[in-house]
Amino acid sequence: MAMAALRREGRRFAPLISPHPMAAIRSSIVPAEEQAPLGVRSISTQIVRNRMKSVKNIQKITKAMKMVAASKLRAIQAKAENSRGLWQPFTALLGDTPSVQVKKDVIVTISSDKGLCGGINSTSVKISKALNKLNSGPDKETKYVILGEKAKAQLIRDSKKDIVLVLTELQKNPLNYTQVSVLADDILKNVEFDALRIIFNKFQSVVAFLPTVSTVLSPEIVEREAESGGKLGELDSYEIEGGETKSEILQNLAEFQFSCVMFNAVLENACSEQGARMSAMDSSSRNAGEMLDRLTLTYNRTRQASITTELIEIISGASALEG
Amino acid sequence: MLRRATALLTRPVISLRARPFSTDVSETPVADTSFYDAWKKVIPTLEPPHTPLTFMKPRPPTPSSIPTKLTVNFVLPYNSELAAKEVDMVIIPASTGHMGVLPGHVATIAELKPGVLSVHEGTDVTKYFVSSGFAFIHANSYADIIAVEAVPLDRVDASLVQKGLAEFTQKLSSASTDLEKAEAQIGVDVHSALNAALTG
Repeated sequence: MAMAALRREGRRFAPLISPHPMAAIRSSIVPAEEQAPLGVRSISTQIVRNRMKSVKNIQKITKAMKMVAASKLRAIQAKAENSRGLWQPFTALLGDTPSVQVKKDVIVTISSDKGLCGGINSTSVKISKALNKLNSGPDKETKYVILGEKAKAQLIRDSKKDIVLVLTELQKNPLNYTQVSVLADDILKNVEFDALRIIFNKFQSVVAFLPTVSTVLSPEIVEREAESGGKLGELDSYEIEGGETKSEILQNLAEFQFSCVMFNAVLENACSEQGARMSAMDSSSRNAGEMLDRLTLTYNRTRQASITTELIEIISGASALEG
Repeated sequence: MLRRATALLTRPVISLRARPFSTDVSETPVADTSFYDAWKKVIPTLEPPHTPLTFMKPRPPTPSSIPTKLTVNFVLPYNSELAAKEVDMVIIPASTGHMGVLPGHVATIAELKPGVLSVHEGTDVTKYFVSSGFAFIHANSYADIIAVEAVPLDRVDASLVQKGLAEFTQKLSSASTDLEKAEAQIGVDVHSALNAALTG
């Protein structure tokens, strides 16, 4: 009974109560929320609503990207794991020599072409710079060969003069050995080196990537090390079949080793990239969800507050007339 | 800080475990500790990167007596056909001729030519056709074979081989530049090796 009376009264007095009668008339043409006239008690919810809409859209995008990364990861993970046998014979034969000191170091930094994949690219760049610092010295020169757009963007800032070769758009087509060996050939032809240090992120799990450096020595350095009886001293005990000379075989061997190591490195890095993207997108869609919850809460509270304010205004107006 | 402390504590343990191998006549190179030391000195703020050796299963040292089996790793870019499989003998198509490898074979590095790789295990013989690659035979009766492409011989179509052989022979005769000639020669070599493997 009381409610019905209130509604009736409210309708009758609404034009009088409204603090800005013109706004009520204009509201049919222009949305009322955009004006926010002076002295209005209700709070505008338009901004919050817009924000909610954009957060919801961002969440949709990140969720989709996560799905895409997950399906790509599944395909490439199998490939990367199958290629892990490829470099092991070379390491068993030629050893692992990250500490070798040579005149011409070439650092091959492997990164991704696209961003939004966590910190894997900046990790490889950081390791590359550190390795450069470690191997710098008088009468030594260190050069960079960069695979992927992202490391290029980071390294071009402070070591532009040291970059000899940039190769991008690696992952346009699915990776295969032929493609990678063409790349390796490109590097071998265009870059003079004594030691190639390949930096990539080895895939361990979806959330763990191990920055790794593989070293490939040039045939001359392999021979020098084998003769001086250092780490490769055992190489002299091997009989060499085929080819005219030992250096010819070593040349073939070093080139083949480089292409095999590169193939594995590129696959591992691509796999890490997808894994990192997946976990980055997962956490950002979770963040967007949390933000949306908070915004919804704020929005509902504001709405409720404005309703309450209006009710109070109506009731007090009615009671003032009655009394 | 504490995280780094544990890393420092664990490192000597790893090198201790690896050190006994260095006293033997072994094929297993020890992890490069000097690299880590140098890294720590120059860049103390950053964890040193891993090196391939840390991901590899250590190989045993050369035993004093010849083992009865040969351990074979046969890898392709897209697959590991045989991983540390113990067999009696492998016959490798080295570029200097076919080479039978038994346990205790002298340490050898061999370049491969297109041909048949056969793996003998008891009475079982598995035959693969390999395109090219390398084979390393270590003193500890380990054999690593790396090939760019390999297929079991029973999956090769004989009629297609004949067709390919004819095609490349024709290409070889009509080739004008050195590059074309070399490419055609490779095609002829591979196909005639395949043909010989299938018929012989």
